[in-house]
Amino acid sequence: MNSAGRQPWVLWSVTVIALLILVVASLAIGAVPLAPMDTVNALLGHGDDTAVTIVRELRLPRVALAILVGAALGSSGAALQGTLRNALAEPYLLGVSGGSAVGAVIAMTLGVVSAAAVPLAAFAGAVVAVLLVLSLARAAGGARDARTLLMAGVIIGAFANAIILILLADQPPERSRSALWWMAGSLADGSWPRVSWMLIYLSLGLALLLSRARMLDVLSLGDESAAALGADVGGATRQVFLISALLAAASVAAAGLVGFVGLVVPNIARAFGITRHRPLILSSALSGAALLVLADLVARTVRAPVELPLGAITALIGVPVFLLRLRRTK
Amino acid sequence: MTQSAALEFESVTLAYAASAPPVARNVSLVAGPGKITAIVGPNGSGKSSLVRGVLGLMPQHSGRILAGANNLLSMSAREISQQISVMPQRESLAFPMKVRDYVALGRSPFLGLWSALSSRDVTIISGAMARAEVVAFADRSTDELSGGEWQRVRLARTLAQDTPILLLDEPTTFLDIAHEMSTFETLSNEARAGRTVVMVSHTLTLVARFADQMVLMHDGRVAAIGSPRDVMQASVLEAVYGWPLVVSHDPAVGAPTLVPLRRPG
Repeated sequence: MNSAGRQPWVLWSVTVIALLILVVASLAIGAVPLAPMDTVNALLGHGDDTAVTIVRELRLPRVALAILVGAALGSSGAALQGTLRNALAEPYLLGVSGGSAVGAVIAMTLGVVSAAAVPLAAFAGAVVAVLLVLSLARAAGGARDARTLLMAGVIIGAFANAIILILLADQPPERSRSALWWMAGSLADGSWPRVSWMLIYLSLGLALLLSRARMLDVLSLGDESAAALGADVGGATRQVFLISALLAAASVAAAGLVGFVGLVVPNIARAFGITRHRPLILSSALSGAALLVLADLVARTVRAPVELPLGAITALIGVPVFLLRLRRTK
Repeated sequence: MTQSAALEFESVTLAYAASAPPVARNVSLVAGPGKITAIVGPNGSGKSSLVRGVLGLMPQHSGRILAGANNLLSMSAREISQQISVMPQRESLAFPMKVRDYVALGRSPFLGLWSALSSRDVTIISGAMARAEVVAFADRSTDELSGGEWQRVRLARTLAQDTPILLLDEPTTFLDIAHEMSTFETLSNEARAGRTVVMVSHTLTLVARFADQMVLMHDGRVAAIGSPRDVMQASVLEAVYGWPLVVSHDPAVGAPTLVPLRRPG
C-alpha cells in the first residue's frame, strides 16, 4: 500500500501548498472579490485601505478560525483512532462533539458567553458524553469493539441533538445562537477573541497529545502488548480521551458540530505511510486545517450569497470516506 | 541489559477476578539466568495465565512473583517492562507500520515523553533485528509479512527491550521447521549471553532438546518440574494430557522424544 507515489513527504508538501493556496483564495473570494496579489498585499497591510480592512478584519479571523478548528478536529481524530485501535473513530461519530454542544448550549442559556468559558462548559459536556458512550458500549457488549462503540456514539450524538433542540426551542437567537447553527456548524462568527481562545486551547491540547504520541504507538498494539511495553493502558486511554475531548470541545464552542474531519485526515496520512503517532497527529492537524478552509470556502461560495452549512459540506466529503474505510475494516 | 536476574514464582495463585476460581494455584518455580525454562502443559492448564500474571493483568491472590530481588506487585508496569520483556501469544496491529518502527517500540520502556531514540537505542534495535533475522524486511510494512515473518518481527521487538528476563508465550506458533529451529537457536544464544529465558510452548520434543528446565502444568498446578529427562516421563505425560504416548530417546540428538499413539481400537 506504500507505493512509490505515496511517500510521507508528498503529503506534507501537497498539504502545505494546498493550505497556502486555500488561505489566499478564502481571503480573496467574497462579496467584494480581490485579485490574489492585492489580497497578499492587503494581508501584509499594503495597498487600498478598504481591501486591507476586508482582508484583515473581516476575512482573516474566519480563515484563522477555520485553520484552528480544522487542526483541532484532525488531531483529535488521529488520537482517538489510535487509542481505540479503530480507523473509524472521530469526535463527531463518537458523540463527543454532541456532548460538547450540549455543554456549550447549557452554559449560553445560563448567560455565559465569553469565548474563554464556553469551551470549558463544552469540555464538561464532552466528558459526560464520553462516559455515557463508554458505559453504553460496555452494556451493549464491549467498549473495545469498534462497531459497538460507534453505535453508542451515534446514539449519544442523536440524544445530544434532541437536547439542543429542546433547550433552544424558546430561546431568543441573540442569546445563544440557533439550534441549526449548532447542529449544522458555521465559522460565520469568527472573531479575534474567539480565534485567540481557540489558539490557546489548540496549543494546549496539541502539546499534550504530542507528549503522549509514543504512548499511542504502544496502545495501538493492543492491551497485552502495550502492558508488556510498560504502558498503563487504562490510565493512558483515559488521558488521550480527555485531551481529545478538550480539542473537540474547543472546536464545537467555536464552530458548532463539524463532523468527519477527524475521520478523513488521519486515514489519508496513513495511506501516505505516516504511521507513528507524532507525525500522524501533526499531519492530521495540518490536513484538517486545509480541509476545513476548503469546506468553508465551498460553503460560502457555491451558492453565494447563501451560505451552506459547514457541517453538511464536511459530511458530504466524509461519508464516502467512512464507507470506503468501513469496507476495509474486518 | 544491565545485569542478570532470575524470574521466580513463590506459591503464586492467580484468578481472572476476585470471586472467580483460580486458574493458577500455588505455582512455585525458579527460572535462572543463563538458562531456558520451558513451561508446557495441555490447553487451559494455566501456562498463559502465568504470563498474564507477570504483566499484572491477572489479580494475584497470593504468593510473590520476583524479578531478581524485586516483587512485581511493588513495581509499576514501566519498571517491570525494564526488567522483563514479554512476547504475548497473539498480537494484531490496529494499523500497519514499518517493521523498523515496530521493533523500535521495544525501546519505549526506557524513553521519556519527549526523548528521541539515542544512538545506543538504535544500536540495540539493529542488534535485535539481526539476532531475530528480520533485517531483510526492515523497510516492509507489517501488513505485508507472512505469519512466520510477523512472529520473528515480534521476537525482534521483544529482544529490543534488552532486559535480563525474556518471557515468550508460544513464540514458534505459525513457524515452519527451519524458522522454528532458528528461533530456538536465537533464544539459546540469548540464554548463553546470560539472560533468563522463559517460554511457554506446545512442542514438547523440541523444547526437550533446548530447555535446561521444564515445568509441566496441569489444571493450574505444577505437575512436574525438573530437567527434560525428569519431566519427559511417559507415565507423567499420559496422565496430564490424557492421551496414550511413548517417550523414546532419539539416538541422533540424545534427547527424550515424545510420540503420541493412535487411539487404541
